Amino acid sequence: MSAEVPAPEPPLIEVRALTKRYGRQVAVADVSFTVGAGEVVGLLGPNGAGKSTILRVLAGFLPASSGTVRVAGRDVFLEADAVRRQIGYMPENNPLYPDLRVGEYLRFRARLKGLSRAACRARVDAVLEQCGLTDVTRKIIGTLSKGYRQRVGLADALVHEPRLLLLDEPTIGLDPHQLRAVRDMIRALARERTILISSHILPEIEATCGRVLILHAGRILAADTPANLRRQLRTRGEVVFEMAAPPAELEACWAGHPEVEHCACAPVDDGHVRCVLTPRGATDLRPAVYALAVARGWPLRELTRGQQSLEEIYLRLTRPEPEAEE
Amino acid sequence: MRAYLILVHRELRGYLYALSSYVTVAAVSFLLGLGFVSLLEAFNGETLNAPLTEVFYDTMYFWLVLLVTPPVITMRLFAQERATGTFETLMTAPVGDATVVLAKFTAALAFYLVTWLPLLLCLAVVRGYIPEHHPLEWRPVASTFLGIALLGGVYVALGCLASALTRSQILAAVLALALGVTLFLVSFLRASVGAGTGGLAAVVNHVSLLTHMEHFVRGVVDTRPVVFHLSLTAWLVFLTVKVVESRRWK
Repeated sequence: MSAEVPAPEPPLIEVRALTKRYGRQVAVADVSFTVGAGEVVGLLGPNGAGKSTILRVLAGFLPASSGTVRVAGRDVFLEADAVRRQIGYMPENNPLYPDLRVGEYLRFRARLKGLSRAACRARVDAVLEQCGLTDVTRKIIGTLSKGYRQRVGLADALVHEPRLLLLDEPTIGLDPHQLRAVRDMIRALARERTILISSHILPEIEATCGRVLILHAGRILAADTPANLRRQLRTRGEVVFEMAAPPAELEACWAGHPEVEHCACAPVDDGHVRCVLTPRGATDLRPAVYALAVARGWPLRELTRGQQSLEEIYLRLTRPEPEAEE
Repeated sequence: MRAYLILVHRELRGYLYALSSYVTVAAVSFLLGLGFVSLLEAFNGETLNAPLTEVFYDTMYFWLVLLVTPPVITMRLFAQERATGTFETLMTAPVGDATVVLAKFTAALAFYLVTWLPLLLCLAVVRGYIPEHHPLEWRPVASTFLGIALLGGVYVALGCLASALTRSQILAAVLALALGVTLFLVSFLRASVGAGTGGLAAVVNHVSLLTHMEHFVRGVVDTRPVVFHLSLTAWLVFLTVKVVESRRWK
C-alpha cells in the first residue's frame, strides 16, 4: 500500500454548460453543477423549471442541445450503454407495464439491463426484499396501490445495482403514510448510493438531501445545503412573545427601541398580550424581551424567534416577477 | 442480441396477456371461416383446375384479413408505450433504438402469422374430404404462406411506422390502414396504365401486390416480388428506427 494521497475521485455527475432547447423554447439554459460520489442532491423548482429535462439528459433519454454531461467520467451521449448501466432512473409518474406481475416485470427489467439469468434471480429477490415487495411479487402491477407502484419503480431503478439513482418526483401523489415509507427508503439508499432527486415539494428535499439546487426557468438560482441557504437568505427573525402586561405600556416600551422596526401587540386571554416584534437588522431581540420581563416583573409565557423556512426562501426565489426589472 | 430476444419475449407475452389479441384471433378465424364456406361452395361437386389456395385467395376475406389485421396488431407497439410513459424507461435501459424496433417488429410479425394458422386447418379439412386427385398440394400452400408472410412483413412494418409516429393507438391504426390500403389500391392502376410501355407502367406492374400474391397462390415463386417485399419491409423498419431516434434531434 502506498502512502500517497490518492488522486481525488472525479465527481460522479459533471454537468457543464448544459442547454436544452425544445424547438425555440429553452428548457434548460447554461446549467453547470457537479455531484460527488455518495452525495444526495435535490433539484428543486416549480413545474416547468427544467428539473425533468436535466434528469432526462442525464439518463440518456434526450441529448443536450449544447454542453457536456458526464457520469462517472463518461459522456452520456457518446457512451450511452456504459453510462446507462451505472444509472437507475425512475421517470416522472413512474411508468410501468400494468399487465405484468411485479416479479415478472423486475425480472424483465433486470435481464434487459444486462444481468445474467442467475444474477437476475438473486438481484430481483434482493430488491423485492429491500423495497418491501415480497408480499406482492405475484400481483399484477395494474392492481397495485400507488405506494406499491412507487416501490416497484424504485426496485426497477435499483435492480442492476447502479452507482447513481435519478428519481424524478418520487413521492408525487402519495398519501402521508406512503410518503414517509418512500422517504425512509430513499434515506436508507442514500447510505450507499449517490442520488439526485427532483421535486417541487420542499419538505421532501429538506428531509432527504444534503445539498439543494434551486432551479427556476431553466437556470440554477441557488445551490447549497438547506441550512446554509436558510442562513444566507435569512433577513428577518421575527420574535413572538406572550407576556402578562398592559398592552399600551408594552407597546410604548418597544416604540422607542432602536433595533425594533415594528411592533404589533394584541391582548389574548387572561391578561396576556401577544406581541410580534420585527427587528431592523439581523439582531436577535429575544434577550431584550427577557430583560424587559425581568426589569418590569411581567410574567413571560412564550418567547420564540421565527426561522425563515426553506419554503419561504424557495417561494421568494422562484416567485414569478410581477414586473420586468432590468 | 440478448436484449433483442428478451424484448421479443416480452412483446409476445404482451400479446398473450392482452384481451385484444384473442379478439383479433377470433375475428380473423371468423373471416377465414367465411372464406372457407365460399371455397366449399366453389367446390360443390365440380372439378377445379385451379389450386385450392387460389380459390381461397379469390374471396374478399383474404384481402380483408391481410389489410386489417396488421394495423390492429401493431397499433399499440409504440403508441401505447408513449402514452403511458414506459417508452422512457425502455429507452433509458442499455439497449439501442434499432434493437427495440426490430424486437417489436419481429413479435408483431410472429403474432400476425399465428392469426393465419386457422387457414391451414381449413385446407386440411378440405383435403380430408376430397377424393384422390385433389388440387391441394403442399407446394402452393407453402408458397401461399410465403406470400402471406412477405406481404405481412410489409404491412406489419408499415404499422410499426404508424405507431411510432403517434401516441394515440387509434390514430396509429387508422394511419396504418390508410397507407396500407393505398399501397394495395396501386395494384388496380394496372388496369388503366399497366398495359403501356412507359416507366410508369413498369413501376405499377412492379409494385402490384395483387399480381405478386396471385403468383404466390398459384405456387409461382419469383425472386422479384420476394426481393421487392423484403426491401420494402427493411426500408419501413429503417424509417421506424429513424422516427424513434427523432426525439434526439427534435
